[in-house]
Amino acid sequence: MLKDQDRIFQNLYNDKGFDVASSQKRGDWVNTKEITDKGRNWIIEEIKTSQLRGRGGAGFPTGLKWSFAPKELGSRPHYLVINADESEPGTCKDRDILRFEPHKLIEGCLIASYAVQAHVCYIYIRGEYFIEGQKLQSAIDEAYEKKLLGKNAASTGWDLDIYIHYGAGAYICGEETALLESIEGKKGLPRLKPPFPALIGLYGCPTIINNVETIAVVPTILRKGGKWFASLGREKNTGTKIFCISGNVNNPCNVEEEMSISLKELIEVHAGGVIGGWDNLQAVIPGGSSMPLIPKDKCETLNMDFDSLMDEKSGLGTAGVVVINKDQDIIKCMARIARFYKHESCGQCTPCREGSGWMWRMLERMAKGEASRDEIDMLGDVTNQIAGHTICAFGEGSSWPVQGLLRHFSSEIKRRNKFDPIVKDRKDLPYLVDQHLLDKNA
Amino acid sequence: MSLRRPAKEQPESFEFNSSSLEAVNKIISNYPKDKQQSAVMALLYIAQRQNDNWIPLAAMKYIGKFLNMPYIQVYEVATFYSMYNLSPVGKHFIQVCTTTPCMIRGANQLVEACKEKISENELELSKDNKCSWMEVECLGACVNAPMMQINDDYYEDLDKKKTLEILEKILKGESPKPGSYRGRVNNAPENSRKTLMDLKNA
Repeated sequence: MLKDQDRIFQNLYNDKGFDVASSQKRGDWVNTKEITDKGRNWIIEEIKTSQLRGRGGAGFPTGLKWSFAPKELGSRPHYLVINADESEPGTCKDRDILRFEPHKLIEGCLIASYAVQAHVCYIYIRGEYFIEGQKLQSAIDEAYEKKLLGKNAASTGWDLDIYIHYGAGAYICGEETALLESIEGKKGLPRLKPPFPALIGLYGCPTIINNVETIAVVPTILRKGGKWFASLGREKNTGTKIFCISGNVNNPCNVEEEMSISLKELIEVHAGGVIGGWDNLQAVIPGGSSMPLIPKDKCETLNMDFDSLMDEKSGLGTAGVVVINKDQDIIKCMARIARFYKHESCGQCTPCREGSGWMWRMLERMAKGEASRDEIDMLGDVTNQIAGHTICAFGEGSSWPVQGLLRHFSSEIKRRNKFDPIVKDRKDLPYLVDQHLLDKNA
Repeated sequence: MSLRRPAKEQPESFEFNSSSLEAVNKIISNYPKDKQQSAVMALLYIAQRQNDNWIPLAAMKYIGKFLNMPYIQVYEVATFYSMYNLSPVGKHFIQVCTTTPCMIRGANQLVEACKEKISENELELSKDNKCSWMEVECLGACVNAPMMQINDDYYEDLDKKKTLEILEKILKGESPKPGSYRGRVNNAPENSRKTLMDLKNA
């Protein structure tokens, strides 16, 4: 288990208070000037040494992302945008950072803004987190009062203003380009890439977008050194990570742990074990609802990091671990996730807009045992028609969990849905995807 | 995508009151000079707060003029985002999360409680016209599942009995305490905490 002094978020459970004074006691804002005095290149190199990968789901190397920002400030201003639109089912880590460690985030914003030469930073918070937003706003106000923000912020010689922008309940705005559209006051429809936001982003200006957790760990990495961060976890999967363990466990919780921790340790030690014992485990969704589930037999030896989960054809995503035990109907669970994606699809690309609804309706039927035998292959076909055929990664996010279900639980679906399609007997009927409508009246 | 329709009965006109205007001007100053359109989402929120938790079409037209943008663009935004209520929802608006992490911990019991106490169907006003409820997608408090949101506050770690008690209080006009209803510390594990022990209750 990770030693307590190596934990970055010392106030994860709000034992010590979240105001400036108590944050300073934990080491925030202590020597911000010394860090920025070492220069942009040093900061970016140190982040590269730490091998920090984005905590928002895609796991893109943060140092590399920052180095994409234009080196010289041109006629267009640069922007830093923080993605706090945490909406992935199973994930609630950013909420705790906003509530209890706001100064880690604000200081991270200052350092990152300095590194990418931004004078304005927008924090995009999902609308439901109104109370958390208010807490962050009061922390920002306090930082302005203490001269940690504004002109010559924290005497670093850098000017920075931070503004909060509230979302309004659209999951898709967690996608970086949709988020930019949303800040510009439009519908949250993702943009085509390229051009990438690092060159043409918010208001057409160079923009760096990072997750809350990514930015909040930056000050600590720079204080303790990139080498320290890289010494935790394993090669290319370094550092610490906040895991959210929810679902059928005895003590669901958020906990900061070393990357590459074993899944079993996470569940047994921190979350008090699976309800009904380890043998009652059915499957685990390792990284928020977009990631394919992993059945019990593989959970024994699984390590939680980007690359090991990739080898299992899943992913770390946001590290929102949803534990599902044998008391639950696994098809129903996935059908509910499919309904989530059907509800949240922005409607821009046809495969996703239509396909997410198809997947949901087919899974609902499969859960009830009303689907025909060959609809199982058809469902797999639909997921392949969606993934990779959309502007943003939502297409993959909505079809991967269904593919995971088909990969590991197809015997369960087959057991429940045994009959032949009705068109085999009634040749006069056209073959429809929604043939259950015919079944009822046939 | 979800189907969203504006209410049939619409008020004739809408204007910001003085306290709203103050908030509006502060918000607009957050954005670059010629980019005041960015403030549209915040302005819709302010309109919603001023107008008993829902946004009439008149408010969209007004905001369009206010920000110098076409009405249709404001309408697009208001219908795209699910937190803008396009029809009256009651002063106390209860949103029950029923996405998978909450579902497998018994979110259906919360829905049952809402059906018993408030109204048979979603988005239907209660008898005294003060409350309505709806099922929503993930609210981002999965380790505190099952949970619900009443206006701005999160009520976490619920079951049917506790939900009924909370709703009872809401209907009586009291304001029950938000947060966990199992007495746990925020997102810490209840009985098996093994981290940050020297700080515990510091």
